[in-house]
Amino acid sequence: MKGAICWGVSICFVLSIESCKTDPNLNPEDPYSFQIPNGWPKARYNFENNPVSQVGFELGKKLFFDKRLSRDNTISCGSCHQPFSAFAQIGHDISHGVEDRLGTRNSPPLFNLNWHPSFFWDGGVNHLEVQPINPIQNPLEMDENFTNIIAKLNLDTDYKSRFSTVYGNDSITTPRILKALAQFMGLLISHQSKYDKYKQGDASFTASEISGYTVFQNNCASCHKEPLFSDFSLRNNGLKPSAVNDSGRAHITLNPADLYKFKVPSLRNLKYTTPYMHDGRFSSLEQVLDHYATGIHSSATLDPLLMNGIQLSSQQRSDLLVFLQTLDDEAFIKDKRFQEK
Amino acid sequence: MKKLLSLTMLLLLIFAYGCKRKDDPKPNVPTAPSLKLSFKNFVGNDTLSLNNEWYQNANGDSFSVTMYKYYISNIVLTKDDGSQFIDTNGYYLINSTDAASKVIDIKNITAGNYTKIQFLVGVDSLRNVSGAQTGALDPFFGMFWDWNSGYIMAKLEGNSPQSPNLSKQFVYHVGGFTGENNVLKTIQLTLPQKATVVSNSSSIIEIKSDVLEWFKTPTTISINSFPGAMNGGKPAKTISDNYADMFTITSVITSME
Repeated sequence: MKGAICWGVSICFVLSIESCKTDPNLNPEDPYSFQIPNGWPKARYNFENNPVSQVGFELGKKLFFDKRLSRDNTISCGSCHQPFSAFAQIGHDISHGVEDRLGTRNSPPLFNLNWHPSFFWDGGVNHLEVQPINPIQNPLEMDENFTNIIAKLNLDTDYKSRFSTVYGNDSITTPRILKALAQFMGLLISHQSKYDKYKQGDASFTASEISGYTVFQNNCASCHKEPLFSDFSLRNNGLKPSAVNDSGRAHITLNPADLYKFKVPSLRNLKYTTPYMHDGRFSSLEQVLDHYATGIHSSATLDPLLMNGIQLSSQQRSDLLVFLQTLDDEAFIKDKRFQEK
Repeated sequence: MKKLLSLTMLLLLIFAYGCKRKDDPKPNVPTAPSLKLSFKNFVGNDTLSLNNEWYQNANGDSFSVTMYKYYISNIVLTKDDGSQFIDTNGYYLINSTDAASKVIDIKNITAGNYTKIQFLVGVDSLRNVSGAQTGALDPFFGMFWDWNSGYIMAKLEGNSPQSPNLSKQFVYHVGGFTGENNVLKTIQLTLPQKATVVSNSSSIIEIKSDVLEWFKTPTTISINSFPGAMNGGKPAKTISDNYADMFTITSVITSME
């Protein structure tokens, strides 16, 4: 008898341990767990306090593509961050907010965000979970507030049931919305380009790709650091200020030493993310390389590495462009998990 | 065997407790000591009255107040024996339009004779960089800067005929948690008399905040030349330096049950 009680007690004991577990990385084969690709550095965001799961990811995806997150229900996150454009908006120097309002900056692509120490072109936002507050509340973008969003979502029984599944009850709150969005955005990992396969020994480079890689390493890699192809620093890369006169990082720090500095973008998925630069002023990579060759605008905050621009022979230039194509990740933009429907 | 059985039962109980949802109601323990901080908002000697009351600042500007909010966190209470009670994870948003928000019930306060109190006006830097927060720190409350991450530690908004804005408003949103313009202020106050926190008693420490202090010492602020602070930096720092001395303890009341 005593033995039976002991067994019962032990089973309850084990069960109660089991129910306390929240390890998101229990199953390495789970496509909805967070895996750091081989050879990549540690991530900044590891879903601490936000254990990632398929249901959480799916809730985040629904929110990401939901136009009710904008004031007049016309714009979703996905309007300006489209899967086939590596979650940028192809062909738009700047994107349209509600009522076709226009901002001043190019919609950046979204991938490998868990490695970013800061967000937005000026690095003003310090954490993936609080990133969406900005476009949602910005009058030029979605122009909405969380009071309204929560009211709208509460009318939708599917949301009630999804929040309940993910969080244990159907209360819809701002932090829950933000954490679900972070689950979707954080799993947008682009790591299946030809370059990645080459680094893993699963693909070989052509002669042109190899020499382009060398050109890249000698001329670009100090800012566009492998394997994420950005060091995520904020630098003035010599773009002449436009009529908008966007002060960049100085808008955040109020420090003149940060004038015209913008976050170094990744070079992954360039094929899908035209146009380029913080204001989308260049529509082709040729124009970008022309800028670095002859277009550098000198100013007090110009990055010292660009004082003399980047001078390449025409062979180096064409090899570099061939190498950059190895960073395009078609598997990423076609990944079924990331599509709206 | 009996011993083993009671040990396993005890372990089971501990685990069951550990997995319990945090918001489960705790059984009522009538003897637990209680300590509350009651924040009273003033303008000089007058109780703050929103919207329709007119006041005068040190510069002679006439003003009314339409919004007054501030975060209180990192509360530390010191006993007469030098030991301390730390209110871990306590973040409170004092909102002048919400009576309940102005009374902080210190959870799990331990018995003792408390002589000093320390708190932060604002939200410590760690919570400014840790993603989506809950409770009083929920971004829902509009106290979080969305384009330049970080909490607005304190807000004062109102109207003044001296304001150069067409709307005649002034708006002070004080934030910024790094570098030379860090606005976080640690307030240390000695209680005018001991707060004796024991079983079967409840103590209330009344803390006055004085809006007039926002406008003076060390910098006298003219609403005409300084109608707004919305983006951190030097303006926010100036105001926080001013309001650092706005708190005083007006009374300590202990009543036995």
